[in-house]
Amino acid sequence: MTEKVVPVGEEDLDRQDIELRLLLEAIYQMYGYDFRSYSKASVKRRVQHRLHMSGLKNISQMIERVVHDREFFVALLNDMTVNVTEMFRDPWFYKAFREEVIPRLKTYPFIKIWHAGSSTGEEIYSMAILLTEEGLYERTQIYATDIDKVVLERARKGIYPLASFKQYSENYLKAGGKASLSDYYTAKYDSVIMDQRLKKNIVFADHDLATDQVFGEMQVVVCRNVIIYFDRELQRRVFSLFRDSLDIGGILCLGSKETMRFSGCEDEFEVLVKEARIYRKKTRI
Amino acid sequence: MPGAPGIDAVVIGASWGGLGAVSSILQKVPWRIGVPLVLCQHQYPHAISTLVQVLRGRTRLKVAEVEDKMPLEPGVLYVCPPNYHTLIERDRTFALSIDPPVMYCRPAIDVLFESAAEAYCDRLAAVVLTGANEDGAAGLLHVARCGGMPIVQDPSTAEVPVMPEGALKQVPWAHVMTLGAIGDFLASLEAA
Repeated sequence: MTEKVVPVGEEDLDRQDIELRLLLEAIYQMYGYDFRSYSKASVKRRVQHRLHMSGLKNISQMIERVVHDREFFVALLNDMTVNVTEMFRDPWFYKAFREEVIPRLKTYPFIKIWHAGSSTGEEIYSMAILLTEEGLYERTQIYATDIDKVVLERARKGIYPLASFKQYSENYLKAGGKASLSDYYTAKYDSVIMDQRLKKNIVFADHDLATDQVFGEMQVVVCRNVIIYFDRELQRRVFSLFRDSLDIGGILCLGSKETMRFSGCEDEFEVLVKEARIYRKKTRI
Repeated sequence: MPGAPGIDAVVIGASWGGLGAVSSILQKVPWRIGVPLVLCQHQYPHAISTLVQVLRGRTRLKVAEVEDKMPLEPGVLYVCPPNYHTLIERDRTFALSIDPPVMYCRPAIDVLFESAAEAYCDRLAAVVLTGANEDGAAGLLHVARCGGMPIVQDPSTAEVPVMPEGALKQVPWAHVMTLGAIGDFLASLEAA
C-alpha cells in the first residue's frame, strides 16, 4: 500500500494559525463578535468543521465568505457558540448546590443569579427547577446571558427533543430532585416544552464575556463549561469580571474540570465544594 | 537509547476492553519516563469517573485527570475526563470542550489525536487499542500526516478488534504491535 496522504508540516500549521487569526480579526471588525482570545485548538476544530461542510478549500477563502456573506457568518457563529449540554449535567453539582448553597441563599430576602453562557438553556431550567423545589424561585431573578442571539432565542423557547429526557430524568433524580422531572414540562409529539412558570423570573440577554462589563451585583454566578473555550488571558479577565459582579461571600460555580489555578483570581475565592467546583468570594483578602 | 525515537508525547486511545489493555501495557513501564502519556478511554459520561483511582493502583507513574489549561509534563499519565473532549494546544497545554460527541463519543479519540498531532507534529506517538467502534482512525491518520508515529494494537490480540482494524484501514502502514511490545516501546522513552 502506497502512502497517498498529503503530509502536514509545521510551516503548514503556522500558516493555518495565521489564517485563523485573520479570520477572527475579520469577524470582530465586521460583526463585533470577539473570538480572538478563544482557545485556538477548539476554535480551529469548529472552523474546520464549517470548512468541510461548505466545500471551501482553506480558511483564507472562508475569510472572504465571512466578509461578504452575512448568512454564512451566522452559520459559522452558530458553530462557534453552541455548546452541547444537558439538563442537570453533572448531577453531583446540583446536589452540592442544593446542600451547600441553598441554605445560604435562604437567608437572603432577594437573590440575583447570573448564568453566564446559558447556551440553549438546559442548565437554566435545571436551576429554575431546583430553586422552585427549594421554595426560593419566587424571590430569585435569573439573568441568563449568551453572546449568540439565536441560541438565546432557543433557550427562551425552552423546547427540547423528547428523546433526551430519559437521561435528563435520571440526572434530575441523581441531583436530588424532589418530584418527577415530568412535572415541569409538557410533551407533544417528539418535543418537550418547559413549563411557563419556570420562565417567569428569567431574563434572557446578550452579553459577551470577552468585551462586556459587569451589569449588577449578584449573589451567585454560574458559568459552567464556558471558559474552557477561552485562552488563559481571557479567563483571567472573566474571573475578574465575576469577582467584581459578586457580593462579598457570593458564590461562583464553574464546570467540573475548570479551575482558577492556571489563570488567576484563585486567592480571592475559597473553595466551598471541591468536586463540584463551587467557590465563595472571600470576605477579606 | 533514551528518547531515541525523538518522541515528546504519547497519546493512547482505547474503548471496550481498554482498561485491561492499558493495565498490561503499564506493567512494562517504569516509574519514570521521559514523556507525558495521555489516555483517552471511552467512559460512561454521567457519573464521576473512578478510572484515575483504578489506574493509580496499577502503575507507579503519577496519574492525573485532565483539567482545563493544565500544562503537559513528562512522567505523568493524564486521563481524559468523561463527557468532555480533550484537546492539546500548540503551546502544549490541555483545552477541554463540550462540542458535540464525535462518533457518539465524548471524549473522542479523534479529537485528542488530531489536536495532539498539530501540537507535537513528528515528535508524537499515537496508539490505538481495543474497542468496538472506529473512533481514533481519522485521528491516527492525522497523526501520520503530521509526521507522528502511528501504532496499532495487533487486532488478533485485542479484546474487541473493531477499533484497531478501523485504524489500520485508515493507516495501513502503522506499526502493529502486541501490548507487550507497546509497553517495551513506552519503557524505552526513558527519563533524561
